Amino acid sequence: MTAGNTYVPLASTTTSSTQGSITFSSISGAYTDLVIVYNNLASSNADAYLQFNGDTATNYSSIVLSGNGTSPSGASQMNINKIYLDNYGTPGSSERSVSILQVQNYANTTTYKTLLAQSGRASSGLDLSAGTWRSTAAVTSILLGFVSATWNSGSTFTLYGIAAA
Amino acid sequence: MPILGTAASQNTKTFLSSPAYDSIATTTVGSGGTATVTFSSIPATYTHLQIRFLAQSSRTSSDSGDFFLVKFNSDSGANYNYGHQVLMNNNTGSCYANGNNGTSMVIERIQNYETSASSFTAGVTDILDYANTNKYKTMRSLLGYTTNSVYSQLNFCSALWMSTAAVSNISISLAYGPITQYSKIALYGIRGV
Repeated sequence: MTAGNTYVPLASTTTSSTQGSITFSSISGAYTDLVIVYNNLASSNADAYLQFNGDTATNYSSIVLSGNGTSPSGASQMNINKIYLDNYGTPGSSERSVSILQVQNYANTTTYKTLLAQSGRASSGLDLSAGTWRSTAAVTSILLGFVSATWNSGSTFTLYGIAAA
Repeated sequence: MPILGTAASQNTKTFLSSPAYDSIATTTVGSGGTATVTFSSIPATYTHLQIRFLAQSSRTSSDSGDFFLVKFNSDSGANYNYGHQVLMNNNTGSCYANGNNGTSMVIERIQNYETSASSFTAGVTDILDYANTNKYKTMRSLLGYTTNSVYSQLNFCSALWMSTAAVSNISISLAYGPITQYSKIALYGIRGV
């Protein structure tokens, strides 16, 4: 058994103005999993998305399960150029949403990379989602963006690394 | 420490100053796969356990994936319940499945090799208050995978072991398995105050 601090903050940022995207770059390969936690506002209701290593080709797929207090819904997409992270859980301009992303075994060079995400906004709803990047490359950068919106000032993003024994 | 724990003691709060999230053990599956991953002699010094995995089944002749079967303390009796909320296969909708008095807890679904050789299922499982000897043990999981075909799954699961014994052993196998090479399953301990 290995004791010690295995859940380590790697980077953190708070937007001071509107930004089209947030990028964590030069991510160390020294950990086993990555976790991103963000608390955010957006210029308008829009779907957040993620891209790995600057790859904007159609190498992604995603699936989202959503609930708004009335009925569940789902959506999945293939051959897309991004992983969609939320639906009802997307932030508004005055109401924050909170999201947690998990990327398992991100530095291995054998498997495709699979992402899990949870997002929620109190007055809107919540989402669970998964996405796959069809690449065996180690993840070294992560971009978080919006479709037709921007991150508003005061959005916070933190990247953690988890090291297995 | 990225996540601070707090404990109310009258009107004061105690903040952790030492690491609260420890790696206990990890299995990376080698060539030929393995039928079962077992974590044994789990210390009771934590408050919660978390299992994080990127895994795949070698099941063939099916595009339906596979199922993790989880047992605590080698208990093979009919002492487990489980429930799932599942979104599957390209908007075919969410569904609910459950089972009572089973001989293991079920975490579904794990992607199988035949669907996509390089795609693995990512998952996080939490086992809360695992060392408490007054409660049945509850486990919850979020897992999912997507492919470039219709075979995508997103699952939110819970399960119950109807025993008040402290969890000291966790075995994970597949219904059809074995677990394929390159799968990685890691156990972590989360401390309280």
